[in-house]
Amino acid sequence: MTEQSVTQQGVNHLVVVGNGMVGHRLVSTLRARDGDGTWQITVLGEESRPAYDRVALSSYVDGASEQDLRLDDAGLQDDPLVTHHLGDAVVEVDPGGRRVTTASGRTLGYDALVFATGSYAFVPPVTGRELPGCFVYRTLDDLDAITEAAAAAVATTAPGRRSAVVVGGGLLGLEAARALRLLGLSPQVVEVAPWLMPVQVDARGGALLHRLVSEQGIAVRTGVSLTGIVRDRDRLVATLSDGVELDADVVVFAAGIRAADGPARACGLPVGPRGGVLVDDRCRTADEHVWAIGECAALEGRTYGLVAPGYAMAEVVADRLLGGSARMRPEQLDTSTRLKLLGVDVAGFGDAHAATEGALEVVVDDPVAGTYAKLVVAPPSSTGDASTLLGGVLVGDASRYGALRPLMGAPLPADPVALISTGGAEPDASALPDSAQICSCNAVTKGDLCAAIDGGAHDVPALKACTRAGTTCGSCVPALTRILQQQGVELSTALCAHFDHSRAELFEIVAGAGITSFSALLSRYGRGRGCEVCKPVVASILASLGTGHVLDGEQASLQDTNDHFLANLQRNGTYSVVPRIAGGEVTPAGLIVIGEVARDFGLYTKITGGQRIDLFGARVDDLPAIWRRLVDAGFESGHAYGKSLRTVKSCVGSAWCRYGVQDSVAMAVELELRYRGLRSPHKLKSGVSGCARECAEARSKDFGVIATEQGWNLYVGGNGGFTPRHAELLVSDVDSATLIRTIDRFLMFYIRTADRLQRTAPWIESLDGGLDHLRSVIVDDALGICADLDAAMQRHVGSYADEWAGVLDDPEKLSRFVSFVNAPDAPDPTIRFVPERGQAIPAPAPVLLGVPEVSAR
Amino acid sequence: MTTRLDTPTAVPARAGEAVSCWLTVCTVERLLPGRGAAALVGGTQVALFRLADGALHALGNIDPFTGAGVVSRGLVGDRDGEPTVASPLHKQVFALRDGRCLDDPDVRLPAFTVRAVGGDVQVGLR
Ligand code: SRM
Ligand SMILES: Cc1cc2nc3c(=O)[nH]c(=O)nc-3n(C[C@H](O)[C@H](O)[C@H](O)COP(=O)(O)OP(=O)(O)OC[C@H]3O[C@@H](n4cnc5c(N)ncnc54)[C@H](O)[C@@H]3O)c2cc1C
Ligand code: SF4
Ligand code: FES
Repeated sequence: MTEQSVTQQGVNHLVVVGNGMVGHRLVSTLRARDGDGTWQITVLGEESRPAYDRVALSSYVDGASEQDLRLDDAGLQDDPLVTHHLGDAVVEVDPGGRRVTTASGRTLGYDALVFATGSYAFVPPVTGRELPGCFVYRTLDDLDAITEAAAAAVATTAPGRRSAVVVGGGLLGLEAARALRLLGLSPQVVEVAPWLMPVQVDARGGALLHRLVSEQGIAVRTGVSLTGIVRDRDRLVATLSDGVELDADVVVFAAGIRAADGPARACGLPVGPRGGVLVDDRCRTADEHVWAIGECAALEGRTYGLVAPGYAMAEVVADRLLGGSARMRPEQLDTSTRLKLLGVDVAGFGDAHAATEGALEVVVDDPVAGTYAKLVVAPPSSTGDASTLLGGVLVGDASRYGALRPLMGAPLPADPVALISTGGAEPDASALPDSAQICSCNAVTKGDLCAAIDGGAHDVPALKACTRAGTTCGSCVPALTRILQQQGVELSTALCAHFDHSRAELFEIVAGAGITSFSALLSRYGRGRGCEVCKPVVASILASLGTGHVLDGEQASLQDTNDHFLANLQRNGTYSVVPRIAGGEVTPAGLIVIGEVARDFGLYTKITGGQRIDLFGARVDDLPAIWRRLVDAGFESGHAYGKSLRTVKSCVGSAWCRYGVQDSVAMAVELELRYRGLRSPHKLKSGVSGCARECAEARSKDFGVIATEQGWNLYVGGNGGFTPRHAELLVSDVDSATLIRTIDRFLMFYIRTADRLQRTAPWIESLDGGLDHLRSVIVDDALGICADLDAAMQRHVGSYADEWAGVLDDPEKLSRFVSFVNAPDAPDPTIRFVPERGQAIPAPAPVLLGVPEVSAR
Repeated sequence: MTTRLDTPTAVPARAGEAVSCWLTVCTVERLLPGRGAAALVGGTQVALFRLADGALHALGNIDPFTGAGVVSRGLVGDRDGEPTVASPLHKQVFALRDGRCLDDPDVRLPAFTVRAVGGDVQVGLR
C-alpha cells in the first residue's frame, strides 16, 4: 500500500515519527505558527493512544485518567493539514527516496522527516527478564499491565506480603516504587550505584534520601545489582549480586533509558557515542531533510532525558521548517530536576557534583531535621565580587529550589550558607535577571513572564495560558505568583465586596480577636451590610469555633436558608429531611419510624447516595412535628443542609465479611459521631472500608479509611462531584487512636485555612508543598500547632448537641417554622404535588419568565 | 384608617400607589433583624424584611425564576450600598427598595408599601 502525499503546489509534506510529548509539541507549534499552511503534516506513532503527558505518568496510578493526562490537541483534531496514524510504528526509512514504511506496510513520501521517537526502557541482560511479571515503566500500556498484575497479586489469598522489586534507584525507579506501593505491593528498590539518584544527588544527599525513602516503607538496597530472575510456583525470585534472593510478585525495570534510534541507525544516519540520532544545534541530522528532536536526538553528541530540552528542540525545528534561523541555546539544555514523592523532596541542579575546576561546596546537613542542602559555587574573584552559583543539591526540603535554580550563573545575592540554612535569607524574584529561566519545563524566562504581565496577564491562569509556564510539572507555579506580586499585581483574595480578607484570614481574626458576632466583625474589619457570600462564611466560622446553637441571636440571620430551617430547600419551596444514620447502620425499629413519619406526612422517600434516607416534600410548617417524632425515636439531625460532615459510609467489614480485616462499621460510626455537626468551608464526606477491596469507596472521600492487617490507612483529598479526585495516602498502618488524632488535625487545619467552598482536594493542592506539607504540619507538627488543633477538636466533640433537639426545646426558634407570620397554618398555595411511581413529587413549575414583571397575583 | 381584618379580596398596594387602608400582619418583634418572613395578604404572598437598622421592606414572595414562594427566606445584604435579598434557590439578587433584579434587568419583583406603627408591621392595601 502506498499513500501518495496529496500535496498541492507550495505545500510541503512533513512526516513526524513518534507521537510523544516532543512530537506533539512540534506539531502544535508548527500549526500555530504556519499561518499560510505551507506544511501538511502526517504523524506516525507507535503507541495507539493520543499523545499524553509522560512526565505525569505516575499520577495515573493515583487516579488520573487517560483523559486527564492527554495533551491538549483540541486544535489539531479537525485540522485538515494534520493526519495521525497511531498504533503503526515506522520500520524503515529510505533517505534517498525520501520515503518511510510502517509496520502495517504503509509507505509515505516526505519533504522533511522528523524523528521524535523518544527512548525505550533499558532492561539489563539478566536471565529471566522476559518472564511474565516483569515490566518496564514508560507508557500508559505498561502501567495498565503493572496495575493488572498487582491487582491479581493482591487478590490472591496466599500467605505473606505481596511485594515488588524495582530495578534502578533513580528518578524513575523511585516513582515506580511509589506507584507499586499505591497498588498495594511492598516495593524493594535495587540500585547498583552506592546511593539513590546518583545522577542528581551527591553521596551525602543520597544517604539521607536512602533514610527518608526507607521511612516511607520502601526497602532500598544500594551497591548491588540484579543477576537473574526465576519463577517459583506463582511468584518470582530475584537474585542479587550479593547472593540475596528477593521474592516478588512483580519486577519493574527502571534501570535507565536508551534513545529509540533504531530506524535512523538502520538507514545509515550517524548516531552519538552513547546512541541517539546525531544532530547539530539546529537539530538537523547529516541528511538535510531529516531532523531529530527530544530524547531520541543526540544533540552535538549528547542525549537529554528530560522534556524541557525536547520542547526547546521542537521549537527550533518548527522555526527552521518555516525558514527561521533558531538554534539551541546552552541554557535550554538545563538538566535540573526536582522530584517530590514518597513525602521526600529532592532536587539537583547545575553542577551538582562540583565537577567544575576550583568549585567550592557549601553544605548544610541537618540529620535531625532530615534535610541536606549543598550549593556549588565558583570562588569569589580577587576583586571581591560575590560568588557565582554553579549548581546544588537539596534533599528533604527543596522548597528553595524554585528560588535558587534561576540564580545559576549569576552572582549570589547573599551569603551561600544563609541561602540554604533554615530561616535564612530567601532570595527574592526581584534579584533575578530577566534571562533567568523560571519554568524549565517550557523554557520560560523571567523576562517572558514580565512581558506577559505587562501585556495584561494578571493572574496565574492567564500567565499559564499565554506563556505555557507552569503547565507541565507545576513546580514553578509558586514562582509565578511571586513574580506577579513583585510586578505589582495585586492577587485579590478578598471574600466579597464587604471584606478584603480571605476566609482563612477572617478565621484567624475571629479566633484571635475573640470576635463572636458578624456585626462586630463587619464594623471592625468590613463595610456595608454583608451579603449572601460573607454571611454564611462568617456563620460557619463562628459555628466551627463553637459559639452555641447556629440559630441563636444574630447568627440566625446569617444562615443560608438550609441552615436557617435545618433542612434542604427543594425547587418548589418544600424541604427534605435527612436523619443521621451513622455509618449507614440502622435498626429495624428505626427504619419503621422513618417509614411511619414519611407515610403520615406524605413524604417522598429515597435512599441517598450517602447510605441514608431522605424524606422529601416537607412543608416548612411541618418540620417541627416531623422532627419531634424523629427525635423522640432517637434520631438526630443528619446535617444534610450544612457545610459540615455529611456521612461516613461504611462497608460491612470484619463483623460479617469473609475478607474484612478490621471492624469498619464500628470505626465509621465512631468517626461520624465524632465529627457530626462540625461546620467547615465545604461539606465533608468520609468512608471506611474493611479491606483493600474498598466496598465503601473511601478513596472518593475527603478523608477515607481503609483497613489493613496492621491497622488503618488514611487517605485524604478525595471527592466525586464536578472534578472527581481519588484521595491520596497520608499515613499507613496506624492504630485507631493515631488514625483519629490524624483526622482531627486534618479537619481542623482544613477548617482554619481553606477558602470558602473549597473542598479538601483543591485545598491540599493549594498548600505550598501539597500533601507533603500537610503531612509535615499534622503528622510531624512542623508548625507547632498540633496541640491547638487537638484542643479545638476536643472542644467541638465536647460541645456537640443535636441542632434539631435544640430547636424543639426553644419556643422562640420553633415560632419561625411557619408558612406565613400572619397565617401560621395556611398552607402555601404554590406547593402542589403530582403522583409518580406511587409517591408524591413536585408538580412541574409554572412557566414564569419572559414577562417583564411578575405580579404576585 | 387602619384595619385588622384580613379579607380574601385585600390587595397590597404597590410602592407609589395610593393606600386606602393598612393591614397589620405581625409585631415588629416577630421579625428577626436581618431576616425575612412571609405573610399572606388576601391572596398575595408578601415577603417582609426587617433590616438591622430597623428599616422595613416588602416584596412579592414568589421567586420569578422558579415559581416557588421562597423570597422571604433569602439572605439580605447590600450591593454597592443598595439593600438586597438573594433568592435562596438560585441566588439571584433583588433590590429591597423597588424589587428590581440586579442580575437580570428583565425581571422585577413587586414592591409593596409597608410601615411600622406602634410596634406593629402594617402592609398598605389598595
Ligand atoms: C440526596 C442526595 C442525592 C441522592 O438522592 O442520593 C444529594 C442531593 C444533593 N446534593 Fe449531592 N446528594 C447526595 C449525594 C452526593 C454524592 C455521593 C456521596 O456522598 O457519596 C456526591 C458525590 C460525592 C462528593 O460530594 O464528593 C454528591 C455531590 C454533590 C455536589 C458536588 C460537590 C463537588 O465537590 O463537586 C453538590 C454541589 C455542592 O455541594 O456544591 C451536591 C449538592 C447536592 C444538593 C445539596 C443540591 C442542593 O443544594 O439542593 C442536593 C440536595 C439534597 C437534599 O435536598 O437533601 N452534591 N452528592 C445525596 C445525599 C447523600 C446524603 O445522604 O447526605
Ligand atoms: C515515569 C516518568 C517520569 C518522568 N518524569 C519526568 C520529569 O519529572 N521531568 C522531565 O523533564 N521528564 C520526565 N520524564 C521524561 C519525559 O517523559 C521525556 O523526556 C519526554 O516524554 C520525551 O519526549 P519525547 O517525545 O522525546 O519521547 P516520548 O514521550 O517517549 O515519545 C516518543 C514516542 O515515539 C514513539 N515511537 C518510538 N519509536 C517509534 C517508531 N519507530 N515509529 C513510530 N513511533 C515511535 C513511542 O512509542 C512514543 O510514543 C519522565 C518519564 C517517565 C517515563
Ligand atoms: S471492603 Fe468491606 S465489604 Fe468489601 S470485601 Fe473488604 S471487608 Fe468486605
Ligand atoms: S518548571 Fe515544570 S511546569 Fe514550569
